[in-house]
Amino acid sequence: MKLPIYLDNNATTKVDPRVFEAMTPYFLEDFGNAASRNHPFGWKAEEAVDYAREQIAALIGANEKEVIFTSGATESNNLAIKGVFEMYEAKGKHIITAVTEHKAVLDTCKHLEKLGAEITYLPVGIDGLISVADIEAAIRPDTILVSLMYANNEIGVVQPMREIGALCKSKGVLFHSDATQAVGKIPVDVLADGIDLLSMTAHKMYGPKGIGALYVRRKNPRVKVTAQMDGGGHERGMRSGTLNVPGIVGFGKACELARLEMEQDTERLMGLRDYLESELLKLEESYVNGNIEHRLPHVANISFKYVEGEGLMMAIKDIAVSSGSACTSASLEPSYVLKALGLDDELAHSSLRFGLSRFTTKEEIDYTIKTVANAVNKLRDMSPLWEMFKEGIDLKSIEWTEH
Amino acid sequence: MAYSEKVIDHYNNPRNVGTLDKASHKVGTGLVGAPECGDVMRLQIEVNPETGIIEDAKFKTFGCGSAIASSSLATEWLKGKSVDDALTIDNMDIVEELALPPVKIHCSVLAEDAIKAAINDYRAKQGLAPIEDTKKHY
Repeated sequence: MKLPIYLDNNATTKVDPRVFEAMTPYFLEDFGNAASRNHPFGWKAEEAVDYAREQIAALIGANEKEVIFTSGATESNNLAIKGVFEMYEAKGKHIITAVTEHKAVLDTCKHLEKLGAEITYLPVGIDGLISVADIEAAIRPDTILVSLMYANNEIGVVQPMREIGALCKSKGVLFHSDATQAVGKIPVDVLADGIDLLSMTAHKMYGPKGIGALYVRRKNPRVKVTAQMDGGGHERGMRSGTLNVPGIVGFGKACELARLEMEQDTERLMGLRDYLESELLKLEESYVNGNIEHRLPHVANISFKYVEGEGLMMAIKDIAVSSGSACTSASLEPSYVLKALGLDDELAHSSLRFGLSRFTTKEEIDYTIKTVANAVNKLRDMSPLWEMFKEGIDLKSIEWTEH
Repeated sequence: MAYSEKVIDHYNNPRNVGTLDKASHKVGTGLVGAPECGDVMRLQIEVNPETGIIEDAKFKTFGCGSAIASSSLATEWLKGKSVDDALTIDNMDIVEELALPPVKIHCSVLAEDAIKAAINDYRAKQGLAPIEDTKKHY
């Protein structure tokens, strides 16, 4: 077993060697521009792009003509939301999203607010799930778009996509989903889920960084977005710019592997994740954040009460994870996602996110369990809050000096 | 973000972790910070009432590595000092000693606050008025 261990796979994943292998010819040999229509270099590149488009479309149940390549999910989210707003502004200015969305969605919505859009930010329940009834109540005659993530990046909670899709369809409202964390990990089917626009990226599913896509529905209804990048009119005029051929080939290969191996990966990862989680929950006062039923198979977000997350990460420096504590940020604010669940700030400060991957081994998980448990116990011995808890003092009864 | 070697040393081998009898008239306890902010420090001093010398100091801290290191260092510095000398410990001395980056300066401020709070608690037990904190941080 090699140290450090990488368990931050919701941030990014290692490129699968098979993906890397598929990409290599497109750097040195078949390096043509896919838009060059008049020579074999261009034809080869175009052929590779077309094939990848099919591989990607197949994973999400789409038609290959509905795949628009972008630089990644942030750009896809920007294109979807800004593009829909510009295209359908005459119909209405109201957009619905949720407080636990990624910043790429939230900040895009904030930008549109300055341009006259009205945005509803829906709350979530304590388990991170959005209530479909809340969405229905928020839809107005001038609502043009509902934008909700498929699965959350911090807690892995999967939203009831099919119900939301059906609701949007019945109300004639477009439905966009940031599916960055879901695609390649759980079955995503744009037709069955009733999704009109879907953002995805390669580097969260063992593909390369810098390449992503936006699915834009062509039938029932035919959706259009205004381009946010002007130029040569690539990608059906929705996203200009020379195509990143090696990246696209890698993205395609990653999607194909995900489609073929998802079932077995899921079974193995869920087993490992559940084992990690159940062992760590044996520590007193530790809690899983987010709904445990409707959740990505490879994510566990756990709070270890009375231990601060960043201090904890320092004690487990051989293991790469993320914390909801934001001790490093100037604002000292903990994760807004965990806060949105209604978690006490101190629980948010005490959280770690474990994200497993196709490459994670049982041995690594055993090491992680042992290391994290030792660190939590060591830091609790050092924690005044733990001592007070053990003495039965209610921490809420103390007048803290905020700073 | 990389931590300095001194922070790592204090974090891995914290000095003077523990608890003194807060009911004792010789012991002053300072509890500063808030769980919601992600840092809570409890710093205790045991003073010889005859000499005014701090004979023991203990801490417990909930917080990041820099917060733990700041309080560990503070207890080291407090031991053997007179209460009056302890009041001269400045948060910037801690910043310098531990090479804390700007985002971690609040950890040193918290440690200084904890020292002052512990001394005031001790003074109150001796029937003395608290020392006003005239220093403005930031």
